Amino acid sequence: MMDALGILATASVWAATLRIATPLIFGTLGTLLCERSGVLNLGIEGIMTIGAMVGWLTVYRSGDLWLGLFAAALIGALFGLIHAVFTVSLGLSQHVTGLGITLFASSLAYYTFRLAVPMAASPPTIVPFQPWRVPLLSDIPFLGEAIFVQAAPTYVAIILTVIVGYVLVYTPLGTAIRMTGENPHAVEAQGLNPIRIRIWSVVAGSALMGMGGAFLTIAVFNSFFPTMVQGRGWICTALVVFASWKPWKALLGAILFGLFDAYQLRLQQVVAGAIPSQIFLMIPYVLSIAALVVSTQRARVPQALMQPFRRGEH
Amino acid sequence: MRLERRVDISMALVVAAPLAAIASALIIAGFLIALAGADPFKAYKLLVVSAFGSRLSITETLVRATPLIFTGLAAAVAFRARIWNIGAEGQLYAGALASAAVGHSAVAMFPAPLAITLVILIGAAAGAILLIGPVFLRIRTGADEVVTTLLLNFITFLFVSMMIEGPLRDPDALGWPQSFAVDSSITLPLLVSRSRLHVGLLLAFVVALAVWFVQARTVFGLQVRAAGLNPEAARFAGISLPRSLLVVAGLSGGLAGLAGTIEVLGVRGYVTTDMSPGWGYSGIIVAMLGGLHPLGVIASAIFVALVFVGSNGMSRALNIPSYIADVIVSVSLLTMLLSLLFTNYRIRR
Amino acid sequence: MVVHDPKEMSSAISVTDVDIRQREVLELYKITKTFGKLVANDDISFKVYEGELVALLGENGAGKTTLMNILFGHLLPDAGQVAVFGREMELGRPRAAIAAGVGMVHQHFTLANNLTVLENVMVGTEALNRVASDRAGGRRKLIALAEQFGLAVNPDAYVSDLSVGERQRVEILKALYRDARILILDEPTAVLAAPEAERLFSTLRTMAQKGLSIIFISHKLGEVMEASDRVIVLRAGRIVAERRTRDTDQATLAELMVGRRVNRPVRQRSEPGRVVLAAEQLGFIERGEVKLRDVNFTVRAAEVLGIVGVSGNGQAALGHVVCGIDPPTQGRLTLDGATMESSRTTASAGVGRIPEDRHAEGVVGEMAIWENAVLERIGENRFSRFGLVNRKGARAFAAELIRRFDIRGGDVDQQVRRLSGGNMQKLILGRNLAGQLRLLVANQPTRGLDEGAIASVHTELLAARASGTAVLLISEDLNEVCALADRIQVIFKGSLSAPLAAEAADARTLGLMMAGVWETAQ
Repeated sequence: MMDALGILATASVWAATLRIATPLIFGTLGTLLCERSGVLNLGIEGIMTIGAMVGWLTVYRSGDLWLGLFAAALIGALFGLIHAVFTVSLGLSQHVTGLGITLFASSLAYYTFRLAVPMAASPPTIVPFQPWRVPLLSDIPFLGEAIFVQAAPTYVAIILTVIVGYVLVYTPLGTAIRMTGENPHAVEAQGLNPIRIRIWSVVAGSALMGMGGAFLTIAVFNSFFPTMVQGRGWICTALVVFASWKPWKALLGAILFGLFDAYQLRLQQVVAGAIPSQIFLMIPYVLSIAALVVSTQRARVPQALMQPFRRGEH
Repeated sequence: MRLERRVDISMALVVAAPLAAIASALIIAGFLIALAGADPFKAYKLLVVSAFGSRLSITETLVRATPLIFTGLAAAVAFRARIWNIGAEGQLYAGALASAAVGHSAVAMFPAPLAITLVILIGAAAGAILLIGPVFLRIRTGADEVVTTLLLNFITFLFVSMMIEGPLRDPDALGWPQSFAVDSSITLPLLVSRSRLHVGLLLAFVVALAVWFVQARTVFGLQVRAAGLNPEAARFAGISLPRSLLVVAGLSGGLAGLAGTIEVLGVRGYVTTDMSPGWGYSGIIVAMLGGLHPLGVIASAIFVALVFVGSNGMSRALNIPSYIADVIVSVSLLTMLLSLLFTNYRIRR
Repeated sequence: MVVHDPKEMSSAISVTDVDIRQREVLELYKITKTFGKLVANDDISFKVYEGELVALLGENGAGKTTLMNILFGHLLPDAGQVAVFGREMELGRPRAAIAAGVGMVHQHFTLANNLTVLENVMVGTEALNRVASDRAGGRRKLIALAEQFGLAVNPDAYVSDLSVGERQRVEILKALYRDARILILDEPTAVLAAPEAERLFSTLRTMAQKGLSIIFISHKLGEVMEASDRVIVLRAGRIVAERRTRDTDQATLAELMVGRRVNRPVRQRSEPGRVVLAAEQLGFIERGEVKLRDVNFTVRAAEVLGIVGVSGNGQAALGHVVCGIDPPTQGRLTLDGATMESSRTTASAGVGRIPEDRHAEGVVGEMAIWENAVLERIGENRFSRFGLVNRKGARAFAAELIRRFDIRGGDVDQQVRRLSGGNMQKLILGRNLAGQLRLLVANQPTRGLDEGAIASVHTELLAARASGTAVLLISEDLNEVCALADRIQVIFKGSLSAPLAAEAADARTLGLMMAGVWETAQ
C-alpha cells in the first residue's frame, strides 16, 4: 500500500503526467473552440490520427520537428475546413459529418502512410522531441524535475491554453465566438457574420487537434502506427464537458486525467501480475464516462451547440 | 446563393442520391489510386471482378455483407429515433463473446435447435445491455450517448481481450489468444456448399424485413418515429419518451450484438480481438447509404462488402494499400450527406 | 407619398404639406420578396421622416416582419431598393444597415444569455483583431445612453438574469449604442404588460423628439392609435393604406387591415353545469424555479374559463400540468371529481388539448395528416388492433376531419408541415373535437393566425361550449378572452387572481391586473 501511495511522491510520475496530458490539452482546447462557437466536432479522433501521421511523415522527410508540428496543424485545419463547410455552410448533421470526417481522415492517414512508407518488418523511426530543461526553473528541487523538464510542445500547449482563455474572455473576437455558440442570430443582428466566425473557430480548433495528434508521434513515440490515437479524441470530447467549456478547467481536466493515467501505469508495475493489465487500460475510458456523467448536469452548455444557422430562418 | 427546401421530392431523386454519392466517392478515391501509380479504371474493374467475378468471391462478398446488414440495421434503427449509437463495434464484440461463452453449456443442457436460439438471444441481449446503459444515462443525466458509446467500444474491447486471455481462453489454440470454440452442433448450416456462406445471411434478410414491418406497420413503430422526429409533440401525444428510447436502444444494441453472434456461429466458431475490422463503424455508413431504411440497408451492406472484398484482391494485384477500401467507404458517407442535402434542398440564386 | 395601387387606394389620403417640410430619412422603393410561391412583400414603397413614429399595421402573415427583416439586412429582397438619408443602402447585410443608421429590436430578442449586458452591446462594435476590448469606454457610453433615454440597466448583469422588460431595454440600447437614427421594433409589446408598454411608448416618444425615426410593427389597433404619428397598413404583402393617425380611427384601420368583413362569433348565454375540472392549490416547480403557486380554479360544463396574462407568467407550465404532460409538484387536479391521471388524459378519455406551440407540440411536421390525426388516440380499437396500425380506419378518420373542419392544403397523406398555421390548428382542433369532450384545454389557440382562421377557431370553441364541454382557455390576447370567456382569471408570476365575471371585467382593469396590480390591491 505504501508503494501505491509512494508513487505520487516521485517526480517522474508528475513529469509523465504532463507528457500524457499534452495531446489531451491540445485536443480539449480544440474541441472547446469548436463547441464555443456552436459546432460539435466528432472529427477529432480522425484529425488527431492524420495529424499524427502528417507530423511524423514531415519530420521523417525533413528532419525538422517544428515543421512537423506545423504541418500537423495545417492538415488539422484543412479537415476542420471540410467539417465546417459541411456543418456550418451547408447545415448538415454535425454528428454524422464528424464521424464521417473521423473515418475519412483516419483511413486516408493509413492509406497515405502505407504509400509513403512501404511495409517493413520494423517501422521506420524519427528522433522525437527531447525533454527541454527550462533554465533556472528546472533546478528547483522536485518541482523542477516534475514540471520543467518537458518536450517543448508541452509548453506550447500550456501557453496556448492561456492565450485561448484570454482571447475568449477579454477580446472582441472571443466575445463574438462565445455569442455565436449561444445565439448566432444575436451575432448577425450585431452586424457580424456568425457563419464566418464558426468556420474559423472550427478551423482553428481542428488545427489544435492536429497538433495534439502529432505530439504522439513526434514527442511520445517515434513512429506512426494505425489506431495509435486510441480514443484520445473521444476522451477530449468528454473532457470539454467536464471543463464546462472553460479553458483553464480544460487544462486542469487534462492534467488530472494525465495524473490518473501516469499513476495507473506505475501502479501496474507495482502490482504486476495480480490484476490483468486490461483493467488498468480501461481506467481512462471509465474515468471519461464518469466525468461526463457527473459533469453534464452542472455544466452550462452553449445553447446553440449543434444548431445549424441558416440566414433568414429564425 | 442560398438553399431552399424542395416542396416535392421525387422517388427518382431518392434513389439517385446514394448512386450519385457512390459515384463521386469513387472519383475521389480514383485520384488516390492514381497517386499510388495505378490506373483507377483498371483498379475498379479488378475490384468488381474480385468481389463478383467468381462463385467463391460472390459468396465471400455475401459473407462479409451479413454482419454489415446487422450493424447497419442497428445504426438505422437508432438514428431514426435520434439515438446516436456509435457503439455498435463494442456491442458486436459483446454479442460475440456472450455467445461464445454460453455456447458450450447451452449445448450440454438443451437440444441443438433450442441451444442455437438461446445462444442467439443471449448474444443479442449482451449487445442490447451495452446500449441500454448509455441511453439510460442520457435520460437520467443528459450525458451524451455519442461519447459514452464510443468510449464503451474501447472498454468492451479490453474486456473481450481480458476474457480470451483469461477464463475463456482456448488452451489448445496456438498463436494469438482466442476463446473456446462453440460446439460444432450449434454452428449455422452452410447456404452454399464449398463456401463460407451460411444461413446467417437469410436470417439477416428476415430480420431486416421484420424491422421494416415494425417501423411501418405497428403502433410502436409509429410512436417511435414520432418521438424521433419531434420528441415534444410525441410527449404531448402521450408517448413515453424514456420508454420508447430504451426499447429502441434494446433493439439497436441487440441487432449489433447479433452481428457478433452470427459471425461466431456462422463463420469463426470462436472470438478473437481482430474479429471485426470495424464493422460497427461501417454500419453507420451502411445505414446512411441505405437512407436509414431497413431494405436500403441490405443493398448498401452488399455494396460496402463489395468494396472491402474487392479491394483485397485489387490492392494485392496492383500493390495499392488495402486501406483504399476504408477510404472509398468513408468518402461515400460524406458524399451521401451532400447528396441528401440536394435531394431535400435546391440551390437558389 | 406614393399611392401604389389607385384602385385599392381610392380612399387613401395622400401626403400633407407638413410631411414634406420634414426631412426624409428613409425610403423603401419597390421591395418584392417571395418564398417559393408565397409573395411575402409585393412591390412595397414608402418613406419615413425625421422624428416620427410610424406604425406598420397588419395581420399575422401580412408581411410586416419580412419587410423589416429586409430593411435590416436579415433577408435579401428579390427586387427593390432602400435609401437612408438619401443614400442607397447595400441590402442583405445587417452590418450595412447598422452603418447606415438603422437599428432593430427583434421580437425574439437577439441576445446571448451567457454574456453580460455590456458584452452583448459591444459585440460587433470593435475590430475583431483588437487585443483587448475597451470595456471601460463601452461602459461609460452605455451608462450615458441609458441615462439619456431613461433605460436603466446594469451593464454587468448577465442577460440570463434579466426580466423580459429589461432585455427589451438592452435591445434598444444595442441600437442606440450603434448611433441608430432609425429604430425598428418588431411587435415590441407582445411580451409586455400594459403599464410596461406605456412606459416603452413614452421612451419611444422621447427618442422621436430627439430626432430619431421609429417604425414599430403591430397588429394591436389600440396602441397604434395611441402611440403612432402615421400608420402604414399591410395586407397580404401589399400596402393597402397610409394614414395620419389623427385622421383615422380604429374601425377604419380594422377594416383596412383585414380587408374583408370577418365577424368573430359572439358568445351566447349558456347555463353552466357541474364542475368538470377543479384545481386545488396547484403548484409546479421546474428546475428549482417556481412556475405555479397556489393555483385554484374550477371549470364547469358549458362554460369557458379564460386565463389571461402576459407571456411568460406561467401559462406554459399551467398548460402542461392541465394537459397531463407534467404532474403538479403540489396540490391536485380533479376531473369530474376523480384525481386526474397525468399522461393518459387524451381525447380518447374525453379531454381535448390544444398545445401552446402547435409546431413544437401539436404536430409532427414530417408525418402525414392521417398519422397526426390519430397519434394521440392510436390505442383506440378503431385505429389499431394487437399493436398493428389500422391504416384504413385511421385514414378514413383523417378524411372525415378534413371534410368536417374544412382543412385545406392537401389530402390525408400530405405532410403536415406543408399546411398553413390556420389549417394546422384546424387539424388539431378537429382531432380533439371529433368526439364528445368533457373538457377542452386551449392554450393560445389563435396565436399567429389571421383573422379568418381566428374566427373559425372561436366558432369551434364556442360550439364545444354550447354542446356542454367545459373549456379552459389560456390566452395572452385580452380581446380574445373577453370575447369568449364566461369568467376570467388573471395569471401573474405563477399565481391566479380570483375569478371575475365577464360582465364585470373591463379591459382597463384586466390590463392593470396583468401587470400584477391585483396582488397589492387584494
